[in-house]
Amino acid sequence: MSATTTAGTLSKKDFESSQEVRWCPGCGDYAVIAQLQKLLPTLGIARENFVFISGIGCSSRFPYYMETYGMHGIHGRAPAIATGLKIARPELSVWVATGDGDALAIGGNHFIHALRRNIGLKILLFNNRIYGLTKGQASPTSEFGKKTKTTPLGSIDRPLNPVAVALAAGASFVARVVDVDQPMVGAVLRRAAAHNGTAVIEILQNCIIFNDGAFEHLADKKTRDDHRLVLAHGEPLVFGKNRDKGIRLNGLEPEAVALGQNGVTEADLPIHDERAGHGGLAYVLAQLDAPDFPVPLGVFRDVDAAAYEALNLRLRDEAQAAKGKGDLTKLLKSGETWIVADAPERLGGEMAGERLAVRSE
Amino acid sequence: MTGSAHKKAVDSPADELPQTHTRPVEELDSVIIRFAGDSGDGVQLTGTQFSQVVAKAGHDFVTHPDYPSEIRAPAGTLFGVSGYQIQFSSRPVFTSGDAPDVLVAMNPAALKVNLPDLKHGGVVIANTDAFGEANLRKAGYAANPLEDGSLERYRLYPIDIGQLTASALKDSGLSRKDAGRSKNYCALGLMLNLYNRSIDDEIETIRRKFAKNPVLAEANVTALKAGYAYADATEMFDTTYQVRPMVDLKPGRYRSVTGSQATAFGFVAASELSGLPLFLGSYPITPASDILHELAALKHFNVTTFQAEDEIAGICSAIGAAYGGALGLTTTSGPGMALKTEAIGLAVMAELPLVVVDVQRGGPSTGLPTKIEQADLLQAVQGRNGECPVPVIAARSPADCFECAIEAVRIAVKYMTPVILLSDGGIANAAEPWRIPDVDRLPRLDVTYRTDPRGYQVYARNEHLARAWVRPGTPGLEHRIGGLEKDFLTGEVSGEPRNHEKMVEVRAAKVAGIAADVPPVQIEGDADAALLVVGWGSTYGAIAQARAAAQQHGRKVAHVHLRHLNPFPRGLADVLRRHARILVPEMNLGQLAQLLRARFLVDVIELHKVQGKPFKVSEIYEKLMELA
Repeated sequence: MSATTTAGTLSKKDFESSQEVRWCPGCGDYAVIAQLQKLLPTLGIARENFVFISGIGCSSRFPYYMETYGMHGIHGRAPAIATGLKIARPELSVWVATGDGDALAIGGNHFIHALRRNIGLKILLFNNRIYGLTKGQASPTSEFGKKTKTTPLGSIDRPLNPVAVALAAGASFVARVVDVDQPMVGAVLRRAAAHNGTAVIEILQNCIIFNDGAFEHLADKKTRDDHRLVLAHGEPLVFGKNRDKGIRLNGLEPEAVALGQNGVTEADLPIHDERAGHGGLAYVLAQLDAPDFPVPLGVFRDVDAAAYEALNLRLRDEAQAAKGKGDLTKLLKSGETWIVADAPERLGGEMAGERLAVRSE
Repeated sequence: MTGSAHKKAVDSPADELPQTHTRPVEELDSVIIRFAGDSGDGVQLTGTQFSQVVAKAGHDFVTHPDYPSEIRAPAGTLFGVSGYQIQFSSRPVFTSGDAPDVLVAMNPAALKVNLPDLKHGGVVIANTDAFGEANLRKAGYAANPLEDGSLERYRLYPIDIGQLTASALKDSGLSRKDAGRSKNYCALGLMLNLYNRSIDDEIETIRRKFAKNPVLAEANVTALKAGYAYADATEMFDTTYQVRPMVDLKPGRYRSVTGSQATAFGFVAASELSGLPLFLGSYPITPASDILHELAALKHFNVTTFQAEDEIAGICSAIGAAYGGALGLTTTSGPGMALKTEAIGLAVMAELPLVVVDVQRGGPSTGLPTKIEQADLLQAVQGRNGECPVPVIAARSPADCFECAIEAVRIAVKYMTPVILLSDGGIANAAEPWRIPDVDRLPRLDVTYRTDPRGYQVYARNEHLARAWVRPGTPGLEHRIGGLEKDFLTGEVSGEPRNHEKMVEVRAAKVAGIAADVPPVQIEGDADAALLVVGWGSTYGAIAQARAAAQQHGRKVAHVHLRHLNPFPRGLADVLRRHARILVPEMNLGQLAQLLRARFLVDVIELHKVQGKPFKVSEIYEKLMELA
C-alpha cells in the first residue's frame, strides 16, 4: 500500500467528490447526501472501505458525488452488483442508492432477494413516487388515480408500499424517514450502518419538478406531528402535536384514538417493539397511511439475523476443515484415472502377446 | 468409414478369456453403441459406466448423451426416449460416431426412435419385457417388431432383461419394482460380455458408487453378473468382439472428463494460476447448470458460488465481485445470455474483467433446451446495444474446455474486458479421455492491482490499452465507474462528442489488438489443398474425421478450426485467400460464414445443420468429396 489508511482522520468535506452535483435545486437528495457525508467520517471506517453502488434514476447519481469507491450500475441491478461485491469483499461497507422505480419496478426481484438473504448492504431507497429522470411518469409507488404523463386519466395501478414489501421479504432492518428531517435521517442512517445484514431505509423524498409537495404534510414542521407517528422502541404508539392521539389495536385492526377520551389512556396502546422476531406489529404499522392514519416514521424492525456473507465464509471454512485446502493436482486426478505407459513398452508388450498395455490405477 | 470396416476374425487365446468362451472373437477397430430407453431406465448411467470400462481399457472414445427435456417423461412414449451413444476405438476418435453398430433398446419407443440410425446388419438387443401391448401402442407399433420379421436385416437378440433381473434378485428382499431399477446393470453385463470385458472392475466401481446403499449396490452387482453370465451360458452372441487398446495415445495419466467438468476445472486452475479468488454468479439453466454444480462442490478451493435470483443477478453479482478484485464468472445458455446482454455492456464500459460462459442449446427462445446447436455466435459477437466489442472464444471438445477457460481468463484480466466463452450442450455433456496436465507446467497468469495513488487516472491505459484494476479498500484511489460514458483519462462522466468517439474507438482497438496476442492460424490437413474447411466449436470432431476419411480417399483438404472468433487470429485473411473454395459447416444458418464474408470479403460455401443433433461425419464427408 502506498497510501496510508484514512480511518478516523477525515471530515465531511473529505467525502465530497469533485463532481458538480447535478440534482435540481431544492431536490430532497441534497439533504440526504449531506447527512451521509457527515455520518461516514464518524463511523470509524476508513474512507477507502466505503463503496456506493447505484442503479439508474436521479438518486442513482449518488455515487458520483461521494469521494468513496462507487459504481453507477444499470437500471434496477444495484443490489445484485452490490451483493457480488459484498460476498467477495465482506470487509467493505457497501451501500446501495436506489429509487422507487429502480428498486421496486425494474429491480424488484433483486430488492426482495437481497432482503431475504440478509446480505450486509445498506439500501437507501429514495421514494419520490414518480419517475424523475425520465421526466414524470407514474412509478410503482404513485398513488392510485394519480395523473402523470403516462397516466393522463389517473393511474389504475395500486401502489406498492416499500416498507411492507421489505418486511414481507424478511428484511431484518426496515426504516422510513423524510428527506428534510435531518436529525431523524442522521440517526436512522447511523443505526443502519451499525446493523448486521441488510438495512433498508425508505426515504420519502420530494421531487421538486414532477411531484412537488408529495410529502409536505410530513415535512412541514408546523403540521407534521399530526400526520406522522414517530416510532420509538419500547414506547406506546402515541402521536399528535400535543401527543394526545394514539394507535390502538382492535384485534388485528388498528384504529386511531384520542387519548383521554372515552376512557382511552396510553396504557391501551401497543408498545412498539422493533426487535420482535414476529414481524406482525411492524407489518400492521406499515399499512398505516393518510388520510385515516398518521404515517409511521423511524425504525419498524431491527432484529438480529446471521448475515449472508458471514454464512458464506463459514461454508468455506467448514469445507476446508472437512476436505483440507483445495489442491488442484488432486482435483484433476480425482475420480477414475489410468496410466498410459510409454509407447515402446506398450508395443513390446503387444508383441509379447500381453493383452493390455494399459493398466488401471 | 469408421466403424468396423477392417474386421478380421482371430482365435482367442484361451488363457485370456473366461473358460466357457469357445466362440470366435472378432477384432474391430472401433465400435459404436447406443443405449436407449425411457428417461427413467438409467441408460445415461449405463452408458457412463460402459465408457469408464472402455476408458480404463485404453481406448479413445467420445460419448454423446441425448435426453429429453422432460425429467421423467411418461413411460414408453416416443418423446421420453433417452439415449447414450459411445464410440470407442483403437485409433483416435473425434465424434460419438454416425450409425451405431449396436442398439440396446429397453422398450419399443427406444427401438422406434433409434432404429433408423442403426447400421445395416447391426445388432439390436431388445428388452422383451417392455414389449407388451401398451408399450407397443404408445410407440405406434401395430405389431410386435421383434416377432413380425420387420427386423430381419438386423441381428436381433430379444432378451427379457426385466425377467432376468427379477429372477436374479428374487432373494434380495427387494420389491419387483425396486429390483427393476437394476435392469440397466443387467444390460451393461450383456454388453461387457459382447465386448469381452471383465466385469471385476465394474463390480468394484458399483460398490464404490453405491457405498451409501449396500443393498442397492449388491442388487446392481447381482444384475450385472446375471447379464454377463446369461450371455455366457446361453452363448447368446455367436461372436463376441474385441477392440484393441489404442497404441499411439500420448503417455501419461488419463481420466474421463465431460465438458462441464473440464470447464469447472479450467476456472479453478485459472484462479490458482492468477492467485485470484473465483466468484461464480449463476442461475440454473440447461445445459449450463453442471458447471455451477461442479464449482459449488469446490468451496475448499478459493471458489465462491452464488446461485442468484435470476440470470441478470448472476452476471451483475459477478461484475460486483470483479470490481472487488475477484475473478468474476457467470455461466448460462442462450436464453440466459439474452438476459445478460445489458450487463455485458456495463462490464465493457466499466472495463472490468469477467468471463461469460454460454453453453449453447437449440433456440430461439426456450427452443430445444437439451439439444445441440451453435446459433449464439452472432449474439456473442454482436448482440449488444452500442458499439460494444467483446472477445469471443469457443471450445471444440470436452477436454478443450479446460484450456479455453484458462484462455478466457487470461484475456479478461490482461485486457480488462468481459470475455465470452462458447460451448454447447454436446460438449458440456459428452465425455472423452483427457491426459491430465501437469499443474506446474500450466502458464501463470500475472495480475496486479494498482495501489499507487500517484498520478492515477481511472482510464489511463497501458500498452495493451487496458486500464488499471484497482480494488476498493485501496487508500487514495477512490474512484467511480459505471455505464455512463466517461472521460478518456479521468473517468469522470463525460458527454463530450469527441471524447465519446475516442472512447468507442479505443474500446474497439483494445479488443482488436488481442489478435496479436493469440497463436496464429493453425492449418490441419493439406495446407496446399484447393478446399479449406473452416469450423468452430463442437463440429471439430466431425470435420476432422471427415477430413481424414477424404484424405484416405485421395482428396486434399485443409482444415482451420477457430478457437478465437473475436478477434480472429492473425493470418486468417491470408489463409482464406490461398484456397479456391472454402466450406463452413455450422449448426446454424451460416453465422461464421456471415462474419468471414463481412470481415474478409471472401465468399464461402455454407453447410448447415439445425436439427438439435451434431453433424454426422458422413454429412461432412460427402460435402468434402463433392468439393475437394
